[in-house]
Amino acid sequence: MSQLSQSHLLGIKDLTSEDIQLIFETADNFKEVINRPIKKVPSLRDITIANLFFENSTRTRLSFELAEKRLSADVINFSSSTSSVKKGETLLDTVNNVLAMKVDMIVIRHSSPGAPHFLSKHIEANIINAGDGTHEHPTQALLDAFSLRLKFGDLTGLKVAIIGDILHSRVALSNILALKKLGAEVMVCGPNTLMPPHVEELGVVKELDVRNALQWCDVANVLRIQLERQQGGYFPSLREYSLYYGINRKLLDSLNKEITIMHPGPINRGVEIDSDVADSQHSLILQQVENGVAIRMAILYLLAGATS
Amino acid sequence: MQKKLLLDEKLLNITIHRLAQQLIENHPDFENTVIIGLQPRGVFVANQIATSLEEMSGEKPPLGELDTTFHRDDFRRREKPVKASKTDIPFLLENKNVILVDDVLYTGRTVRAAMDALITFGRPEKVELLVLVNRMYQRELPIEPHFVGRNVQTLESQRVLVELKEQGLKKDSIWLVT
Repeated sequence: MSQLSQSHLLGIKDLTSEDIQLIFETADNFKEVINRPIKKVPSLRDITIANLFFENSTRTRLSFELAEKRLSADVINFSSSTSSVKKGETLLDTVNNVLAMKVDMIVIRHSSPGAPHFLSKHIEANIINAGDGTHEHPTQALLDAFSLRLKFGDLTGLKVAIIGDILHSRVALSNILALKKLGAEVMVCGPNTLMPPHVEELGVVKELDVRNALQWCDVANVLRIQLERQQGGYFPSLREYSLYYGINRKLLDSLNKEITIMHPGPINRGVEIDSDVADSQHSLILQQVENGVAIRMAILYLLAGATS
Repeated sequence: MQKKLLLDEKLLNITIHRLAQQLIENHPDFENTVIIGLQPRGVFVANQIATSLEEMSGEKPPLGELDTTFHRDDFRRREKPVKASKTDIPFLLENKNVILVDDVLYTGRTVRAAMDALITFGRPEKVELLVLVNRMYQRELPIEPHFVGRNVQTLESQRVLVELKEQGLKKDSIWLVT
């Protein structure tokens, strides 16, 4: 198979496991490309891509932009804080204006869940979801799973615990969907207030005690505690969260086993994870960032190739 | 569909042997030379050439594999994207003599893409092209091989089918399919 079943990347939900395998195999090739002396291929030279970021981002935006440039695409960037969105322009109007400038693909991050899906129904370009509210963040889940595949080979039966704010995390949902499609076992762990109701229906195990979760897992994917959530009364204080759910060296050492550590960034050092854990040799955090460029190149390439 | 045998296993061995001899004839030594096979089947031909070279001269130049998919000029112009294969060039090409190897030379477009892909690994001193089968008079680009296993005159509607043991087949054979 050389083609995706979808012409947009809206969420992991829409992808088949064959789609995911094709993205991984293509990313393997791009990983080799980005380690060449000249890290650039001409594939997307007749394509223009707009990165529309209606919400803040460092890693994802840089990673997409780098991936686009390494494929020789023309890139325009948009961030809502400096745009006419502040003057009250609607999403569809903004995007149609961008499209009138002959743009072929759109990478969009938006605080409203479903914003990319809405666009895909109304406009012609290929849409890539770079995070929509608390819904999905498919490229993050793909790069997480790709990093695990590079370390462990097959993901079948691999035990992955996702720890932290499951309720508000698009990374958690996309990761759960991707890992399940690839045959991994998934546990979610965090305070009950940060658990979505009926989370077990996604086929995951819920665990409230972080020690039990770590005892069980091969991989701990530690999510960022979104500091802005603290005002919502989900937990009493950051200090208390850190005390009960923070991953530290002492806790890991007491388990007498090796656990691979992942984190989608940005890290709150000393809150959900301690520096000596985040920077340890069992941490995949920087590999995740490197693999993110290769994964995004693969997605852009495959989506662009499908539109002839 | 008609199949005409161009090279059987015995003839193929003789051809590989002769190509290796021609390389020796035309290169004082292979100290600064590398052999790069084009994915997929050029890699197998490159392996055979390198083995034959080693048997005759005692020298085996470093071998690499190059995939041209991301440098093709027909991306988004065909129905489906081509699936990429592995590129493995574990050395720099800066100032090297490169012998580029492919199974069949037809329009020249793959070789054009290969030359583009090559220079992302540095600036070679010289690039030569060796092909097992040269489909003459079918070029769409100004590209000609330096070393040719077998010249054949073909029609556009015909196809050259390369079957090698490395692909899991029982024996080596190269066919002209009409």
